[in-house]
Amino acid sequence: MEYVISVLLSGISVGGQYALIAIGYTLVYGILRLINFAHGDVFMVAGLLGIYLTATLPISISLPLVIVLTVALGFTIERAAYKPLREAPRMSVMISAIGVSYLLQNTATYVTGGQPMTYPTIPFLSDTVNVAGTQTKWVVLITPVLVLILVIALTQLINKTKVGMAMRAVSKDFETSRLMGIKIHSVISVTFIIGSALAAVGSVLFFTNYPAVTPTVGSMPGLKAFVAAVFGGIGSIPGAVLGAFLIGICETIIKGLPSSWDVSVFSDAFTFALLIVILAFKPQGLFGEAATDKV
Amino acid sequence: MKQKNNLIPALTGIILLLVFVILLENISSLIPNLPQVFQPTSPLFTVLKKAAVYSLVAVSMNLLNGFTGLFSLGQAGFMLLGAYTYAILTVPSDMKDQVYYLFGGCAFDFSLVDFFRSIFGAGGFGGAVALVLACLTALILAGCVAGLFAYLIGFPVLRLKSDYLAIATLGFAEILRAIFQWQKLGPITNGANMIKGFPTFSDFNITDSSGNVILRLSTFVPFLLTTICIVLIVCLINSSYGRAFKSIRDDEIASEAMGIGLFKHKTMSFVISSFFAGVGGGMFAMYVANAQAKAFTSTMTYEILLIVVIGGIGSVSGSIIATFLYVACSEWWLRFLDSEMYIGGFKVPLLRNGFRMVVFSVVIMVIVLFFSQGIMGDRELDLKAITGYLTGKKRAKAKEKVPAGKEGDK
Repeated sequence: MEYVISVLLSGISVGGQYALIAIGYTLVYGILRLINFAHGDVFMVAGLLGIYLTATLPISISLPLVIVLTVALGFTIERAAYKPLREAPRMSVMISAIGVSYLLQNTATYVTGGQPMTYPTIPFLSDTVNVAGTQTKWVVLITPVLVLILVIALTQLINKTKVGMAMRAVSKDFETSRLMGIKIHSVISVTFIIGSALAAVGSVLFFTNYPAVTPTVGSMPGLKAFVAAVFGGIGSIPGAVLGAFLIGICETIIKGLPSSWDVSVFSDAFTFALLIVILAFKPQGLFGEAATDKV
Repeated sequence: MKQKNNLIPALTGIILLLVFVILLENISSLIPNLPQVFQPTSPLFTVLKKAAVYSLVAVSMNLLNGFTGLFSLGQAGFMLLGAYTYAILTVPSDMKDQVYYLFGGCAFDFSLVDFFRSIFGAGGFGGAVALVLACLTALILAGCVAGLFAYLIGFPVLRLKSDYLAIATLGFAEILRAIFQWQKLGPITNGANMIKGFPTFSDFNITDSSGNVILRLSTFVPFLLTTICIVLIVCLINSSYGRAFKSIRDDEIASEAMGIGLFKHKTMSFVISSFFAGVGGGMFAMYVANAQAKAFTSTMTYEILLIVVIGGIGSVSGSIIATFLYVACSEWWLRFLDSEMYIGGFKVPLLRNGFRMVVFSVVIMVIVLFFSQGIMGDRELDLKAITGYLTGKKRAKAKEKVPAGKEGDK
């Protein structure tokens, strides 16, 4: 019983961390129709920034700084690598995203020397707490709550504010919203800023519970978060969050199965199997709108 | 029409290239005291071997991404299938216990090498025939396994549109990688450990009875195999099927209206591309002398995709040139960036381990952003320029690139 609770708890917390990344994917895909392959690597860079900044600055300054710098990175990537290709075929933008991911990974390898870096212990988040007889870290309990708060705030932003309205308009129709006087470039930048900020928050939560930051650590959570976004229906924030929690819980369950079955190697593969099943049977996802092709 | 006129120069060019490779490889034993570059241990030959293998995979990816417009990221998965098929089929029986020692021997008690040796004998000329036949059969089977698998996953996957297709194929490659690392399959795949002991490129070097190399063929063999495969792909592209692929790339709806079966042609392109990726995977196993699931990550696919982009999406010769440039830069020419360097007591800043890849990825980003056409765009090298290139005039080629006009009339 205790084992089940601890598996479920860590599943929910992993799911929450994926959810924070998945929102970034689903927002960007909703607007640009671009699988932002670099998003997982932005998440990794946020982890590295956390390590380097907390080494020199106190936590209270360094954590906000991590978020600010990650946002700056996300903004720069959008401006430098995606904006020039706005009129180009969609595939070129995706290739550019793969290129950015390659660049970020190689730069991270260069800066860290390829060594796995240990994430600092953040007071309170790393403290242990006793839940129903199982020892766990505070971060595990805080993650789902924080995710919930952020998601509610974000849905309010998208549904109630002017920027949110512009984002919804741009995701429906690029050209028309431009004609309506929406500055699409700044709307897209806002999307990237929100996505990167959430990825930075996610990285703090994720790496507190994770042994080390390596240059390739971001690609797998990134891909999983994308699957979560597809599962929930691309463009839908509640869908992405739900998908992320489902993937996180399933993954920890697979990892927690008896070791004699030896199936933990499939914890990543499961996500992709899920993706293929969804794409085959319900390509628009749980809450997504079916796209129609006009000839 | 034009194709027939070009047949003879093309064949001559290919034969000249292959002869040149043999000469280059053996030149150090013909003429003594050559510079280090021509010695068999020089990075030149590593680059040539690796690039020969990669160019096949790049061209196969280009067939799918560039000529059919199907954006697939499953190349590493098909290479993995090919590499493992080749490795499992060719590890000699007497090596099996040693390779699979963790699992108490191999469950798959058959080896093509032994099979052909039992027919042609193990030593001398018979042994050589057995080796060649075993490797060829294993490579073709490697391609077939990859192709068959592509056929199966094509049903759900090929109905998807652009980026969904990309992520689904990427997902399949990751699933494959997990399956091949599963310890329960250990008696066949050796779990997460590598399979080795099978024939590699250097086994094709001809030695005399005392083990001294008489004729080196270890670079020639990958060149020969790649050339055959690429010629087949080019023939396909120039056939009516190739034209159908290109029309699907340009406009799915219009080509469907012209009577081209979309799904049939997409499947065909996917299967053929995967077949050659499988063969390429088998050759990759021969090149690195082991097969290990860990090597075939999505990074490998990205690498090959970037090569295709650098060479120009939709250009076979572009992919080949880009592969050789890419491999040469990453394995040889840019190596100096990774080690500290002093120019007259002054330490050049930034140079240390990993800097090469940073420079490299910046260059790639510049190409992607500002030269989206790549080296060749969707043109091909003119045959004249190719013959010039084949005879070793690398420089002439770059300047002589002549647009071949519409690809259809080549």
